[in-house]
Amino acid sequence: MEKPNLFYIQNMLGGDTGFEQKLINIIKAEFPEEQQTYQNCISSKDYKATSEIVHKLKHKISILGLEKSYQVAAAYELKLLDGQLDLKEEFELILATITNYLQEI
Amino acid sequence: MNYIIIDDEATARAIISQLCSNIEDLNVIEEFPNAIQAIKYLNQNEVDLIFLDIHMPDFTGFDFIETIKNPPRIILTTSDSNFAIQAFEYDCIVDYLVKPITQERFNKAIQKAKSQQVQSAPYQSAEPVETTSGNDLYVNIDRRLIKIDIPSIYLVEAKGDYIYVKAENQNYTVHSTLKKIEDKLPNDLFLKVHRSYIINVSKIIDIEDNSVLIKKDVIPVSRSNRPELMKRLNLL
Repeated sequence: MEKPNLFYIQNMLGGDTGFEQKLINIIKAEFPEEQQTYQNCISSKDYKATSEIVHKLKHKISILGLEKSYQVAAAYELKLLDGQLDLKEEFELILATITNYLQEI
Repeated sequence: MNYIIIDDEATARAIISQLCSNIEDLNVIEEFPNAIQAIKYLNQNEVDLIFLDIHMPDFTGFDFIETIKNPPRIILTTSDSNFAIQAFEYDCIVDYLVKPITQERFNKAIQKAKSQQVQSAPYQSAEPVETTSGNDLYVNIDRRLIKIDIPSIYLVEAKGDYIYVKAENQNYTVHSTLKKIEDKLPNDLFLKVHRSYIINVSKIIDIEDNSVLIKKDVIPVSRSNRPELMKRLNLL
């Protein structure tokens, strides 16, 4: 599986190292909240709300350079609107990978 | 240019703010996590530019655009490229940025916004009112005389050196004064109800105390103009 990286944050936003750390801190704070919202929505089988939070998480997946995972998230977001869960495990593995990465950096 | 950011994601707001900080003459005024808070702010304040996320729960970016009166220039920021066609149906949309946004792409959007700021105010830019002919009013737009059907005009609003002419099918920004257009419009149909507003009396939906509702616009009526307005109405 592809690994998260900081290429976008370090190279595409003007190369401000102060901002780089600030943004990482924001992601570290926001990502677990969104992940918890995802868990709550999927547990309550509210797939429309789940799709909305996947949409939000999708942006962070792209910021962290996970291009293939982004495609999975985009497809899962759409499938959820039809109540289809076949990408659930794959998506949750992506979330777990990001969680581990955010603990390392 | 003064701008605000509307996005429900803190990470996205931080990125846009950072991208703006790398460009001269951009001043962040406020950031909002939802459109409702931004609407309340814009009821009291003016801005030059809005960075607007489309996909927000409860009240989307498009709901926001439909709701605010006289929207300023708007740059849409979204994770979906699917809405591009719908986005450009709105005159106020300057550009459409798909996340994750790069500085290079962002700079192009700002250039577009700046060039539109120089060329025109919101809506279609026009030059001085030229003439009337029967039911038509002609305005000079890019060296062409554009015809506006006078009865289709429902509101004219003074805005600095410009007037906004709102008609049934299109809106125009005209570099002129309220006095000049007042002289061109038929007195039996139009009435100046406030120093900044001329309304088409036949288009009134309702009147409440010191305001009239024309289409979706609530227009103030000054005390001195209220008696004349009441005279024009076919009161039961």
